[in-house]
Amino acid sequence: MTIPLLRIEDLRVTFSTRNGPVEALRGVSFDLRAGETLGIVGESGSGKSVTAFAATRLLDRAGRIADGRILFRGQDVSRLSDKEMRLLHGAALSMIFQNPRAALNPIRTVGLQLADALRAHAEMSAAAARAKALDLLKAVLIRDPERRLDAYPHELSGGMCQRVMIAIAIACEPALLIADEPTTGLDVTTQKTVMDLLARITAERGMAMILITHDLGLAAQYCGRVAVMEHGRLVEEAEPARLFSAPRHPYTKRLVAASPRLDSTLHDLVAGAAGAPGGAPGGAGVARADAPRPADPAGTPLLLEVRNLVKRYDGAVAVDDVSLAMRRGESLGLVGESGSGKSTMSRLICRLIDASAGDILFDGEAIGAIPARDFHRSRFRRDIQIVFQDPNDSLNPRFSAFDSIAQPVKRLTDLRGAALRARVLESADRSGLPPDLLDRFPHQLSGGQKARIGIARAIAVRPRLLVLDEPTAALDVSVQAVILGLLDRLRRDDDLAFLFVSHDLNVVRMMCDRTIVLQAGRVVEEGPSAALFARPRSAYARELLAAIPHFAPGPPLAAIA
Amino acid sequence: MSTVAITSPGRPRGSALGHLGWVLRHNPLTALASAGTLLLCLVAIFSPWLTPYDPIASDVQRALQPPSAAHWAGTDQLGRDLLSRIIAATRLDLAIAVSAVGLSFALGAVVGAFCGYVGGRLDRAVGRFVDVLMAFPLFVLAMAMVAALGNRVENIVIATAIINLPFYVRFARAEVNVRRNLGWVEAARAGGESHAAVVLRYLLPNILPAMAVQISLNLGWAILNAAGLSFIGLGVRPPTPEWGILVAEGARFITTGKWWLVAFPGLALMLAVLCFNLMGDGLRDILDPRQRT
Amino acid sequence: MAQAGSIARTAGRAGRRLLSSAPALFGVLVFTFLLMRVLPGDPAVFFASGPNAGKAEIEALRAQMGLDKPIPEQLVRYLGDIGTGQLGRSMTTGQPVLADLRERLPASLELTFSALLIALLLSVPLGVVAALRPGSPIDHGVRLLCALGVCVPTFVSGLLLIYVFYYLLGYAPDPTGRIDVFAASPPNITSFLLIDFALTGDWAGWRAAASQLVLPAVTMALFVIAPLARITRASMLAVLGSEFIRTARSVGLSRPRVIVTYALRNAILPVLTIAGIVFSTMLGANVLVEKVFSWPGVASYALDALLASDYAPVQGFVLLMAAIFVTVNLVVDILYGIADPRVSVT
Repeated sequence: MTIPLLRIEDLRVTFSTRNGPVEALRGVSFDLRAGETLGIVGESGSGKSVTAFAATRLLDRAGRIADGRILFRGQDVSRLSDKEMRLLHGAALSMIFQNPRAALNPIRTVGLQLADALRAHAEMSAAAARAKALDLLKAVLIRDPERRLDAYPHELSGGMCQRVMIAIAIACEPALLIADEPTTGLDVTTQKTVMDLLARITAERGMAMILITHDLGLAAQYCGRVAVMEHGRLVEEAEPARLFSAPRHPYTKRLVAASPRLDSTLHDLVAGAAGAPGGAPGGAGVARADAPRPADPAGTPLLLEVRNLVKRYDGAVAVDDVSLAMRRGESLGLVGESGSGKSTMSRLICRLIDASAGDILFDGEAIGAIPARDFHRSRFRRDIQIVFQDPNDSLNPRFSAFDSIAQPVKRLTDLRGAALRARVLESADRSGLPPDLLDRFPHQLSGGQKARIGIARAIAVRPRLLVLDEPTAALDVSVQAVILGLLDRLRRDDDLAFLFVSHDLNVVRMMCDRTIVLQAGRVVEEGPSAALFARPRSAYARELLAAIPHFAPGPPLAAIA
Repeated sequence: MSTVAITSPGRPRGSALGHLGWVLRHNPLTALASAGTLLLCLVAIFSPWLTPYDPIASDVQRALQPPSAAHWAGTDQLGRDLLSRIIAATRLDLAIAVSAVGLSFALGAVVGAFCGYVGGRLDRAVGRFVDVLMAFPLFVLAMAMVAALGNRVENIVIATAIINLPFYVRFARAEVNVRRNLGWVEAARAGGESHAAVVLRYLLPNILPAMAVQISLNLGWAILNAAGLSFIGLGVRPPTPEWGILVAEGARFITTGKWWLVAFPGLALMLAVLCFNLMGDGLRDILDPRQRT
Repeated sequence: MAQAGSIARTAGRAGRRLLSSAPALFGVLVFTFLLMRVLPGDPAVFFASGPNAGKAEIEALRAQMGLDKPIPEQLVRYLGDIGTGQLGRSMTTGQPVLADLRERLPASLELTFSALLIALLLSVPLGVVAALRPGSPIDHGVRLLCALGVCVPTFVSGLLLIYVFYYLLGYAPDPTGRIDVFAASPPNITSFLLIDFALTGDWAGWRAAASQLVLPAVTMALFVIAPLARITRASMLAVLGSEFIRTARSVGLSRPRVIVTYALRNAILPVLTIAGIVFSTMLGANVLVEKVFSWPGVASYALDALLASDYAPVQGFVLLMAAIFVTVNLVVDILYGIADPRVSVT
């Protein structure tokens, strides 16, 4: 039997914190053969990144390898001196990081950083290093590589920075490449090009790769084997086909069920996540029978009508001539990549900012004519509410959960005293928030709980239109599934209309009756969700759909290349 | 997010007082500085009853005596007890610093917060002006102001307040700027609050803890500033006991070795500033969200 | 060609900065003018204030000083005077202010630059060492030094240094002035004594001048070492914890390369900004230090004039400070533009 390239045996890592030591890894073991691609999947706090940093001895000061062995080509890495380790770094194993722009030295040109990496392990003249750096930039398919050599990281896009990072990582032909969430934060089309590049390069050069990601679909698509981690343990390890078709560990089962796929329905997701940690009482359960809403009686005005909306910022156009219409109780999805103007749209419709041109009609009344500065006094203020993206940022740190929910009720309704309290409790309950959490402050709550408070706050004034701005983008998939189920149930119960803004096409498909695709502030396609996702007409929508990572039964891509 | 999620359920849910106790136990230096500050305030309040001798009664027989059991800090050229003079000066020095910092904080925080919230051209103009002003030799400016407004204590307060103002404007601006687009600020707007209410009831309370750090550090600076002005002969005039004046009076005798005339008032100044600074640092540690559980 | 572009960019930035500080500079000018002319009592009375000063004498003085004209006219005249380099005449020395300032400026600059040099040479290495070993005894020592350094007022530390090194130990010369009264001045080449002595090869004179300079320079340096070391440590710590340092380690760069090329070059940027503010603080602290050491610089000159209600020198001094401060900011900007390619053209 040959020695594996990397063997991790019973690895334990502890972090010293103010509250004493915290175990991040509790005995992780796996093997990796040369040229193999392994995906490590887990939610936040599972220890997947810690595994990578421990294996490369790049843990920060607080982290310490408490026990276990890390055998690289049979040599225990955890016992090497710093100097010996330096010789391995880059030359034998290297890493790619999550935030490519931050991972590059901001005040050194790309060419020099590449040359630094090259010359760290080989005697080389500056000119030779520059020539080699140019070759590397060509290898990672950077356009106009000669010019990019003298560029600084801030002059490149996020995707470009990640290509440069890949070039630096492969500069000295390491045998193992560890990619830690390499595409998180990149747009879905950029993600696809970066991942395809990584798969091709590792395959061509016979490098082994460990891909660390929270996205099960991504791992399944690009890796020959996938390991699932939970709470610092590796709970299951298998080929993607087996993992998807027959997950064994209960956690894997939940994770697989909660990850949206091309064909999954909301019901699949919620049923699968029922036992997830975010699943508090009242969270789960979706009406299975999707009885179509009865049509509005004739003559009822549209709930929302947007005509030729334009928003300019300092000369740049964020929203460019967008028109849309929504009926009562309808859910409309607004999808697009960064810079598409979808967040600006949500704030315009919510009347938090003023449009540069165009009309917004709510219930037939021109609310766009009321300046955003005065809209808080309008009677329509309570009709349009919003749920924000990052649950951490959306709650006032100095308000308890109760105060956060009560504030809009106090401002926008006549409820006071016991009636106000009753309304807050009711909204919290309907959002699946246990009443004993209501006197807590944001820093004492989990992400899922904070997301529920954000929802409770928005529904407490009984709005008719709820704008959801990426409401689950910052949540783990199992929590996302529960929150999506909750939102869908609230919508049906209250006959709420949803404007669902998201970059995640699968989520929009499941949540929305109709979908609008935005690109650079313009509508490129619009139609019923089912039809749009099945048969996209515009090239851009097709490209977006094709870029969604998904697991297709069959050999993984890396293996074919 | 690449590391572990550290959760500590339960612990900080006790009373605010309990939390304060916990903090002070884990930051002995901060506790010490807080105790020092408290002591300083007590001395300032009760100084007339604490002075062993009359701080302005001269007794030429006892002029320029080094520290002894009778006169712990020695006596000055007119035979006045130095310790009594230092104690008597505490009230004036603290009063100047506190009122100057209070003035500039009240004005600076509100102006800065509104600028930071509104943004745009006005904000950039104010920011630019404040930056330029901050880089100017402010002590020189204060000197000129006191000289022009007249050699009085109120004018030391005004001058110190004015040269502190840019710090607060800038600080409040920056703190509000990073928060103005956060979800909870927009949520307050969606929840029916006006712009003014958002600034006054949401943003200001949130930046207040960070401002407290600034206030604490600034108090030390204000004391140094006021003492410096009276050292060069502006503001408070002898024979009023004031730390800067005490040092200035002692300066004439330093080349003849009368060290106590400079050392003890200097020590008082130093301790006062040190207490405020350490307390500010401690507050910063306590309030830093990365260190908060 | 990238070099030429960056130089043009830096020059453009510096030009804009110069323009944008113009309103503030003008503001300082008017502010000083108003403070000096409008608020206090009649300076003519003060100056003529012999008990036998007649009304006519006072009127003559007022006319001589232009105090009988309306305020706006006085301001315009004043601005015009400044434009032509006429800063007025000092009542106390009887000399034109410009000449007085020119004569005394080198003393102040020599003191300030020496102090800044001493402070930078000590604080940056200290800050770096502390950041490289956080929590170590060195780190704690540096932090203690920083905490104490900002608490001791310059006039106290200066006096105590005099006590120790002049009175007790006798190492330092009599703390009055730039040069020993009995020593010969060097030929005036640059007006900076240390440089002039060095140029003429008069090393005994150089040593004498240096020993006069050491105490005041150290006094001033002590005051600013703390903020400089503190910002160096903080910025170095932040940079060492940043992701690109992890990248540099992950590709196996050598330790000196990581610390110097990657960490220190980034960490020095905030230090540069603070150094500008520190310099300006030192200009202010000059007033105190020059008084303590009887240093014949511009600050003590202005202070004497101020206490005598002699306005022209004070105005000239504030104006000079403003000019120096604009120059220093420009230099900092240019250095920053060279050190950080990210500074945008906005």
